[in-house]
Amino acid sequence: MKQYETIIGLEVHVELATKTKIFCGCSTEFGGAPNTHTCPVCTGMPGSLPVLNKKVVEFAIAAGLAANCKIHQFCRFDRKNYFYPDNPQNYQISQLYLPICYDGWLEIETSAGKKKIRIHEMHMEEDAGKLIHDEWEDCSLVDYNRSGVPLIEIVSEPDMRSAEEVIAYLEKLRLMMQYLGVSDCKLQEGSMRADVNLSVREMGTEKLGTRTEMKNLNSFKAIARAIEGERERQIELLEEGRTVDQETRRWDDNKEYSYAMRSKEDAKDYRYFPDPDLLPVHISDAWMEEIKSRQPELRDEKKARYMAEYGLSEYDAHVLTESRALAELYERTALLCGNPKKAANWFMGEVLRLMKEHGMDAEQVSFEPKYLADLMKAQEKGEVSPQNAKKVFERVFLDNTEPLSYLEEHGMKIVEDTKLLEDTVSRILEANPGPLSELRGGKDKVLGFFVGMVMKEMRGKANPAAVRACIQKLVNQK
Amino acid sequence: MEIEKMTALELSKAIRERKISSCEAVKSVFSQIDKWEDKTQSYLDIYRKEALKEAEQTDKEIAEGIFRSPLAGVPVAVKDNICINGKRTTCASKILENFVPAYDAEVISRLRAAGMVMIGKTNMDEFAMGSTTETSAYQTTRNPWNTACVPGGSSGGSCAAVAAGEAFLALGSDTGGSIRQPSAFCGVTGIKPTYGTVSRYGLIAYASSLDQIGPVGKNTADCAALLEILAGKDQKDSTSIKRGDLDFSSALTGEVKGMKIGVPEEFLAEGITEEVKASFLEALKAYETMGASVEFFSLKTVKYMIPAYYIIACAEASSNLERFDGVKYGFRASDYEGLHDMYKRTRSLGFGEEVKRRIMLGSFVLSSGYYDAYYLKALRTKALIQREFTAAFQKYDVILAPAAPYTAPRIGESLKDPLTMYLGDIYTVAVNLCGLPGISLPCGRDREGLPIGMQIIGGLLQEKKLLCAASAYEAYRGRFETAAERGMA
Repeated sequence: MKQYETIIGLEVHVELATKTKIFCGCSTEFGGAPNTHTCPVCTGMPGSLPVLNKKVVEFAIAAGLAANCKIHQFCRFDRKNYFYPDNPQNYQISQLYLPICYDGWLEIETSAGKKKIRIHEMHMEEDAGKLIHDEWEDCSLVDYNRSGVPLIEIVSEPDMRSAEEVIAYLEKLRLMMQYLGVSDCKLQEGSMRADVNLSVREMGTEKLGTRTEMKNLNSFKAIARAIEGERERQIELLEEGRTVDQETRRWDDNKEYSYAMRSKEDAKDYRYFPDPDLLPVHISDAWMEEIKSRQPELRDEKKARYMAEYGLSEYDAHVLTESRALAELYERTALLCGNPKKAANWFMGEVLRLMKEHGMDAEQVSFEPKYLADLMKAQEKGEVSPQNAKKVFERVFLDNTEPLSYLEEHGMKIVEDTKLLEDTVSRILEANPGPLSELRGGKDKVLGFFVGMVMKEMRGKANPAAVRACIQKLVNQK
Repeated sequence: MEIEKMTALELSKAIRERKISSCEAVKSVFSQIDKWEDKTQSYLDIYRKEALKEAEQTDKEIAEGIFRSPLAGVPVAVKDNICINGKRTTCASKILENFVPAYDAEVISRLRAAGMVMIGKTNMDEFAMGSTTETSAYQTTRNPWNTACVPGGSSGGSCAAVAAGEAFLALGSDTGGSIRQPSAFCGVTGIKPTYGTVSRYGLIAYASSLDQIGPVGKNTADCAALLEILAGKDQKDSTSIKRGDLDFSSALTGEVKGMKIGVPEEFLAEGITEEVKASFLEALKAYETMGASVEFFSLKTVKYMIPAYYIIACAEASSNLERFDGVKYGFRASDYEGLHDMYKRTRSLGFGEEVKRRIMLGSFVLSSGYYDAYYLKALRTKALIQREFTAAFQKYDVILAPAAPYTAPRIGESLKDPLTMYLGDIYTVAVNLCGLPGISLPCGRDREGLPIGMQIIGGLLQEKKLLCAASAYEAYRGRFETAAERGMA
């Protein structure tokens, strides 16, 4: 069989995290009873008119700048005309002729190394409502809560060659949007949606093959499977001497198969034209500068700083910056406890473990960084054993419990009671004559056994180093 | 003086002086409606109870010394493409036969704030597409001067109502002449303001970049007073503008000495009837007598105005009217199989002939492969026309033109040949393409007694100049009686 190369370009829709919709004052909140976040504008009532939400423009510019795009400082909105009930005006207000951002790139990193993916454009547009098909009643219902929620569509050049690159690109985009605070980019909730344009060509040839567009991809896994499936389908066609049709296909992740939705012949003519209800958008230099000055530290910068300033390993810095929420929590803890490396160990260990155990996203973690810092300091001072510190942290992590008073209340604070310690040690030594003689015989491993026994007996309230010293002292005396 | 013979300002003065109550004014309008409505068919809906209630409220306020505006208590009619909360708003189309908006258009909020009393909704060409009001899905409005003739369009109901004394004032909308041309045919006065002066929020769009709401009244002063109430920046309409010169009535000085008037010679070259031309030339003479200078000049883009207008207006309309699909409100066909069939049947049955013609024309000029050749070329043509007008306004204070090439045609004549009907808009469409203000006022009658109108066009934001010119002519000509005063045919 011949060798084939896969050529992939992406169209990614990202829902912007503005409080209100793009052309009216309705809330963008997800959920809510059907048609409660609506008004004459976002339900396409006759005579209603759109008024642009300035925040959408600012978010789009912020995203464009972060993706190294040029900005059209004079841009416009166009109408994309098509009939569908989720689209109340039967046209979508979008941008065709002068998209706000164009000509950018993002750098991705895969097992093969670093690579630039070019971005053709980013444009602003409005989301549609949601259709609900009621099979039982044999009718369709429409909910316009989502109608008019602002989106930016990010169109890449066909620069990706594998599912791995696609996932890396999407991750990069997701993190960028998250760090900018312009979107939470959740694929499952639909706040990030990707359409995959894919073609194959024989290795070494220049000419691009006929591409298909794949829709309905709801997770990174589905995207990877869809890319693999479509690549195989196209290669199979070519190997059989047939041709690939230019068409839009819908991926069914349960069946792991895609089927054609529409071909190029019945591709819609959207009859785009400038929306006469909206004025062109003029973005002044001053406004651009203002937005630039507000750009937050992005992931790559943060990661580099963690390595240089905090001395973290690349791996730790990478993991800790995988979500802006986690990175911020970490950074505040690191500053409060004054030991970024130790703080990183706590995050890499306990925080991630508990997140995994409880199936939580970084955004859902809400403990007070000061509490962890206090706990770390207490442990350093020998006031709490590492085991107890971990136990208490679980309370901090889950319920945001104040750790120091919890330690007191639950008698977990290490007591410097030499008498109590010595009594406990000698009692345990006496109760275990076998191991004791082994210890005397020079078997140092048994020391650990006794330390554990004593700690358990004292419910962790002892300092392990002190226990160790006490055992050695008593063994030598006896 | 009988109430129905008063102008709106005379009436409001009498109301303020408590010589006449707003209720009496409303009742007078209703008695005129009872007398003439059978013949003119101006109204689609009449709010008999609510109007009296509103009038009572205003009377109460006036008794307490509260005057909401110079037109408080004056009855006003509203064209049926303007949304009134809780009132059927149909655009004279079957597809909106049962549509009741849950919001007021901005102009309606302004009428309410001014204490004006809404009498009802007036008939129009379906979706304001037409020049005769014959494309209404509901009824044929007749010209009060001769009921065998059309009132013009598309604001034919509003203009006929004012002419027949069935309203003191009315709101119209003007996309390509829809206020000015029926005003001319009905012998009343109407203003199309500078684009952006009046909010379009709640006006059901025909062509968004061209539509403007404006006043229709018995004379210029009434129209200026109503325009003062309607005008103003509205946050809900991105295309509305903030102006600091909304005191339009202050311009009604009647003084035109030294005013430079330009007249496009192409407008008098062909297609115009001798009587309209003669009447128009008479008016020019009047201006010269009053001390203005009149100069003919050449407007080379005249032959491109109609094509550019119809391409742009239909393109926008084809998109604006997509929302009428039977899904959310309005008419839905009863028999259909599946979504697309529902769309097709609903829109086939719901829209009239002329509307469908314009939707098809507009869809065609926007479709891929034709966009550049038609729509884009029309936009470029519009820019050329704008440039020519800008140059003209560097030389002239105002431009004078006939309002229409002929007087009101007979009912049934125009729709037989749509293209000829389109050509009748030759004097009015450029004003909309360029966003300019224009006023139409009566300047004579033809041998059948039908009114002849002339048009005064101003540069952008130059309403005051054209109001000044119009008031001067009115003073010179003397009062132009309405059809109701003269007694209708």
